[in-house]
Amino acid sequence: MATVTLTIDNQKVEIEESATILDAAKKAGIKIPTLCYLEDINEIGACRVCVVEVRGAKALQAACVAPVANGMIVSTNSPAVRSSRRLTVELLLSNHPTDCLVCPRNLNCELQALAENLGIREVRFEGAKPSWPVDESTPSIVRNPAKCVLCRRCVAVCEKVQGVKAIAPIERGFDTVIAPAFGHEMIDAACALCGQCTLVCPTAALTEHDSTAQTWAALADPKKHVIVQTAPATRVAVGEMFGYEPGTIVTGKMVAALRRLGFDRVFDTDFTADLTIMEEGTELLERVSHGGVLPMITSCSPGWIKFIEHYYPHLLPHLSTCKSPQQMFGALAKTYYAEKAGINPKDIVSVSIMPCTAKKFELTRPEMEDSGFRDVDIVLTTRELGRMFKQAGLDFTNLPEEPYDDPFGITTGAAVIFGATGGVMEAALRTAYEVKTGKTLGNINFTGVRGLEGVKEATVPVDGIDVKVAVAHGLGNARKLLDKLAAGQADHHFIEIMCCPGGCIGGGGQPIPTNTEIRQKRINGIYAADERMAIRKSHENPAVQALYKEFLGQPLGHKSHELLHTHYTPRGKYPKTDK
Amino acid sequence: MAVATKKPSVLSKSALAKVDQIIARHKDQPGPLLPVLHALQAEFKYLPEEALVRVAIGLDIPLSKIYGVASFYTLFNLRPKAEHVIRACESAPCHVRGAKEVIEALENALGVKVGEDTRDGRFTLELSSCIGVCGVAPAIMIDDEVFGNLTPDMVPGILARFN
Repeated sequence: MATVTLTIDNQKVEIEESATILDAAKKAGIKIPTLCYLEDINEIGACRVCVVEVRGAKALQAACVAPVANGMIVSTNSPAVRSSRRLTVELLLSNHPTDCLVCPRNLNCELQALAENLGIREVRFEGAKPSWPVDESTPSIVRNPAKCVLCRRCVAVCEKVQGVKAIAPIERGFDTVIAPAFGHEMIDAACALCGQCTLVCPTAALTEHDSTAQTWAALADPKKHVIVQTAPATRVAVGEMFGYEPGTIVTGKMVAALRRLGFDRVFDTDFTADLTIMEEGTELLERVSHGGVLPMITSCSPGWIKFIEHYYPHLLPHLSTCKSPQQMFGALAKTYYAEKAGINPKDIVSVSIMPCTAKKFELTRPEMEDSGFRDVDIVLTTRELGRMFKQAGLDFTNLPEEPYDDPFGITTGAAVIFGATGGVMEAALRTAYEVKTGKTLGNINFTGVRGLEGVKEATVPVDGIDVKVAVAHGLGNARKLLDKLAAGQADHHFIEIMCCPGGCIGGGGQPIPTNTEIRQKRINGIYAADERMAIRKSHENPAVQALYKEFLGQPLGHKSHELLHTHYTPRGKYPKTDK
Repeated sequence: MAVATKKPSVLSKSALAKVDQIIARHKDQPGPLLPVLHALQAEFKYLPEEALVRVAIGLDIPLSKIYGVASFYTLFNLRPKAEHVIRACESAPCHVRGAKEVIEALENALGVKVGEDTRDGRFTLELSSCIGVCGVAPAIMIDDEVFGNLTPDMVPGILARFN
């Protein structure tokens, strides 16, 4: 590719001609501040925080969108640049609430960081403050437009990455607000509740619904037996909130910390991930041999489920009837576990730690009470869990590594990879191959379904059948597969779809920031955790085998149907108007 | 005088058929959204919510985006308005030439605040971005008619023409 050479702050930089000034500055080791910019997703030059001076240009240029040119002379730190950036940020602050000390994004807010980095010590302007109501209509996401800087990163991620388009800028000028159509509440929009918007919001305009107070209350209640399950993806991410590199496996410390918070039993969602493979694998074999609806599509990801219910309700018969591992766990905790431990299920409070905001919605679905009680009571995102550890004053880095409790703590490598895109597929292939052929796999690593490519396809020979599989992550990629399926062009047997880019490790409840680089590091952590496990195939999990023997009978048996399987609800694209 | 804001009504079958006709008429032209919204407003005097949902389906444009466009332009009505809509320009040229006083005179004469309808359903008073007649600032529009070079004392006479 042709390159150009330009001068930035007296340094010569050579870079490809399609680059922006922001790219060139980065290459030269100069950090230009940005706010609305989100690499590859939102490059609109709207906020003017990244302005630079280009010799000969009439006005300051937005570095994030200004293309480089040969011989260009750029200053990123001239008096005019500094003064313009300060003015812009002061104007943003002029109508921004000043309750930083009690804000959920305090110390992890890009606006706050900008004000600090630009050395702003006073705001010369006192603007009118918009008085939008806070939208707490969903159990997953809280929308507080008063804290919105109108950067449109949420709109871009919702449209371009997730293909959902639930929110857009409405009204104009000072009255502009990012909201669903007609200014409806989020609960009335065809929103998957994936929370990707909460990951990219630079401030606290979009945050997870906080359930920490409810959890503290349960932990303080001596009459309650409070149990907790931790999703695969949380163990390679929660450490980030305590200074660990993204992807560091902190499973043992997380378990120890949960015990110190006062949970009576610390269990692992990985256990029911293994169980999911047994149920879903059996369901797939059933469908293949009895002419059932194919391809079968995974059903672990509640954002994905809500998405298909809104946008492709006619394809619902393709979904596996398996509940997600979280909900399987919930149903078993208040039946099998309660019975085994001799505890009245009504005294159990079942908490889950999830990388996910949609899980908070999933637990409220009316059908999720097959145990006779609400199967899961509280979902905390990874972010909320990190906050609780801090509130408890835990010295996370110096905690010992502790094991999970029995019986829901015995798990396999196949379960931990549920946390990364392609993981459910790989776990299913490991089991399906061995169960169907009765042979042992030489190489259990199905690397063809791993990685961050949007849609991955593979063909795996199993017992004389070429099993065709596909994996998509991020709802925009899911759309591509579903459109093919709807057009009759998908001849797969089995499809894995995860709502969030990268799979659950990139979930909407994960630590902020979450970007492509961090996603890749967490994925590396997931596969490293798999390698460390003594057992790496779900059907070899002895606790799962015992569960079938003692309680469930067999996969897809009567008890399984009652507790582990579910049904779906067509919702339509325009839920409010259709009502 | 208190406000009487009309509630949007549910569209009849024939009205919905009309919406579908309008969509069909513009569907295949480039940039069909604005022409469809104009035609809907000409038909219903405002943009009913159900009609916009049909536009979303018919043109395959996200509803959030359609509402974003509809709410961006002050000339689109998102609720039923009174018989006559007064749009007072609030842009800078009108502002420096005394728009504030003219708007106050309108509020006093009508007994309503900006954004409200008169109780008798005759007038809706709204603000507007620039209406493009800065040479005769301050200016207002009543329905499609422009009135410029205004002073507060001219307001009652202008309103009387619509009574």
